[in-house]
Amino acid sequence: MRNIGKTFPGVRALNGVSLTVQAGEVLALVGENGAGKSTLMRILAGAEHADSGEIAIDGAVVQIDGPRAAEHLGIGMIYQEFNLVPAFNAIENVVLGREPMKNGLIDDAASRALAEDAFKELGVDIPLDVPIARMSVAHKQLIEIAKALSKHARIIVMDEPTAALTENEIDRLFEIVARLRASGAGIVYISHRLEELPRIADRVTILRDGEVVETRATSAFPTDDIVRAMVGRPVDSHFPALAPIAADAPVVLDVRDLVNPPMVNGVSFTVRAGEIVGLAGLVGAGRTDICRAIAGADIPRSGVVSIDGTTLRVSSPHDGIEAGIAFVTEDRKSQGLVLGMSVRENVTLAHLAQFVNRFFLIDRSRELTATGVEIADLQIRTPGPEQLVRNLSGGNQQKVVLAKWLLGNARVVLFDEPTRGIDVGAKIEIYNLMIDLAKKGVAIVMVSSELPEVLGMAHRVFAVRGGRIVAEFGREEATPDKVIAAAAGAPAA
Amino acid sequence: MNRSNWLRVAGALGVLVVAVIIINVAAHGNFLQPGNIVRVLRQITYNCILGVGETFVIITAGIDLSIGSLVSLTGVAMALFANSIHLTGVPLVAATLLVGLAVGALAGYVNALPVVKLNLPSFITTLAMLDMALGASYILSHGRPIPVNDSAFGVIGFGSFLAPLTNLLHVPSIPIPVVVMVIVIAVCSVLLTRTRYGRYLLALGGNSEAARLAGVNVGRMTTIAFMISGMCAAIVGFLYMSLFASGSPQTGTGDELLESIAAVVVGGTSLMGGQGSIIGTFFGALLIGLLYNAMNLLNIDPYLQKIVLGAVILLAVVADQLRKRFFARA
Repeated sequence: MRNIGKTFPGVRALNGVSLTVQAGEVLALVGENGAGKSTLMRILAGAEHADSGEIAIDGAVVQIDGPRAAEHLGIGMIYQEFNLVPAFNAIENVVLGREPMKNGLIDDAASRALAEDAFKELGVDIPLDVPIARMSVAHKQLIEIAKALSKHARIIVMDEPTAALTENEIDRLFEIVARLRASGAGIVYISHRLEELPRIADRVTILRDGEVVETRATSAFPTDDIVRAMVGRPVDSHFPALAPIAADAPVVLDVRDLVNPPMVNGVSFTVRAGEIVGLAGLVGAGRTDICRAIAGADIPRSGVVSIDGTTLRVSSPHDGIEAGIAFVTEDRKSQGLVLGMSVRENVTLAHLAQFVNRFFLIDRSRELTATGVEIADLQIRTPGPEQLVRNLSGGNQQKVVLAKWLLGNARVVLFDEPTRGIDVGAKIEIYNLMIDLAKKGVAIVMVSSELPEVLGMAHRVFAVRGGRIVAEFGREEATPDKVIAAAAGAPAA
Repeated sequence: MNRSNWLRVAGALGVLVVAVIIINVAAHGNFLQPGNIVRVLRQITYNCILGVGETFVIITAGIDLSIGSLVSLTGVAMALFANSIHLTGVPLVAATLLVGLAVGALAGYVNALPVVKLNLPSFITTLAMLDMALGASYILSHGRPIPVNDSAFGVIGFGSFLAPLTNLLHVPSIPIPVVVMVIVIAVCSVLLTRTRYGRYLLALGGNSEAARLAGVNVGRMTTIAFMISGMCAAIVGFLYMSLFASGSPQTGTGDELLESIAAVVVGGTSLMGGQGSIIGTFFGALLIGLLYNAMNLLNIDPYLQKIVLGAVILLAVVADQLRKRFFARA
């Protein structure tokens, strides 16, 4: 790709970007949210048209004027949001759009053979006849890859393939990527998880503000340098210092015998004012479900939740909010935001009662004032409060979700995967925010699949398995191996 | 109203202005006469009010197919009620309207119940209501119009607003139904754009899970939308009953349903939910009304008129879609 340029109304997304991928190479493409990675790859995949520049494959300049054209050129794109039909099984998804035909009807046997070949090539075994809606994210990821492979893609783009995978699944994915590389495919690998890069990438290209900042062999590119190049300034430490909890800090959140089968099976814990508690565990261990039951997003079958000593009766998210619980949900697009609404409308949504005047009308100027304060406090990068959140980058969308919950002066904030899929700079800003909240005496519960984040940001760490808290660690005793062992159910080494 | 809604309204308005100028020239200036404009407003009143109610439901990504039948049912119910109580004049009119609104609201509640509790598609539940309400209307009326005799209804149906003033100014008199339409539009527009209810409705239409987790009572808000739709149908039933001096089971069962939905869609409200405006629906209804009126003035064959109308609806929606794409990243 040479000198690719792309301008959206009001935003210069790409400015003369050039990059090369060789056969049998994994090129990691990293950069902050909004740096232009996704746009660049969408242009390669024909989903977007470049304003300038050219693309050459095997030395020949090609025109990519649509996803079909890209496919024919051997470009396979694996998007972050999977393009799979939930009600279809693996076979139907793999052959979608190019079903083998016989006598004017779909040839089921040939479809199955095609899919089986693709999975065999991947070296994975997954159920072929089950609607993929019932499959795990990891399986869906594999189906996406199989789909690209079966189209004989020679250039494969993976957009954050590990964002939703567990450690084991990531290991398998990396094996597959290594195999693809060995077979001569050129792979563009987009990721925010910098610690993965040495394991997987041959070279790293860094994008910032729509321009290529630097490309280096991974072996000559220490993580610190990568971070510095990404954000354009030195970053001292990933995790800001936690403030100690005052000796006399009272218990704010008290959870007793919370039960909501099958995912919450008797959970008790307390969180004191100013304390950050981390819930660690594997995907499906019940961490999110514990938060949902506390916040009233699910109604627990039994158990008692108290805040500041007052027992709550929570039977809906509304009750939870009234009681001072803020639940920053895991999936911002499906649970956190109304994408078609403005920043202002999203920020005030959970606390709209504060902005209603005595005629029952919403006072827009007060809304704007409050939103302006949040935009400034959280450094949300948006052209203004009226921008639709759909048009913001992932990190800024996440900040809008946070702003929505910060508006309410919550006593308890539940963070579920607060930094998933956002860049290093935004992560650090969110960490700082959590610490500021804790300093104000808020009780914080954090769920994260990134173990370093839990260990770095929590005063206490709970290992969760099978809907129960199976182990508790103080900050000093929480080491990765101990926490993983407890969460995975292995005997402590 | 956010920026994209303004663009939608502005777009509909722009099309309207251009169309009006062209037609007026072609119709030798008869089109833009004040008398003609008032005639158009009067003609669109019923479908516009129905469309306003329908807008609330469509914003939830649902649809209310029962409104035509509810016009019929509420009209018959109000006529029966008006004949059965010993009131006259304003108290009679007010009590009758309240009964109609109650019937409409109840029907809307019933429409919403399976949608909210069982997550059934409103297409089905309101389709069932379409049949049931119409059947009930025919049973109650024995299939015949039920006359209502109090002259106060005649004032609603045929009266003019501030007649002395309009006469003095030599401007065309403003029919009461048009005034009712303006009130409905004003109240509903404020409700949708300026109150928590409206904001919650747009939020749940855009992302119902996010709205729920933000504390919005999604079920209740959705139910209210169907009740508003039912009440708008009742207002139309009331206006028809006043106009014809009878409650007839056949009113509301013609083109009303589809033309009111057309007004909503032409007005820029998304069938996918989460986006829409009352003013847009008014302009949608106005566009359709002006089109009919213009084609009549230009002596266009009535059969051909239907084809043109269909084409205009399609065109309006296509134009809206294209504009949305163009501004998708703005």
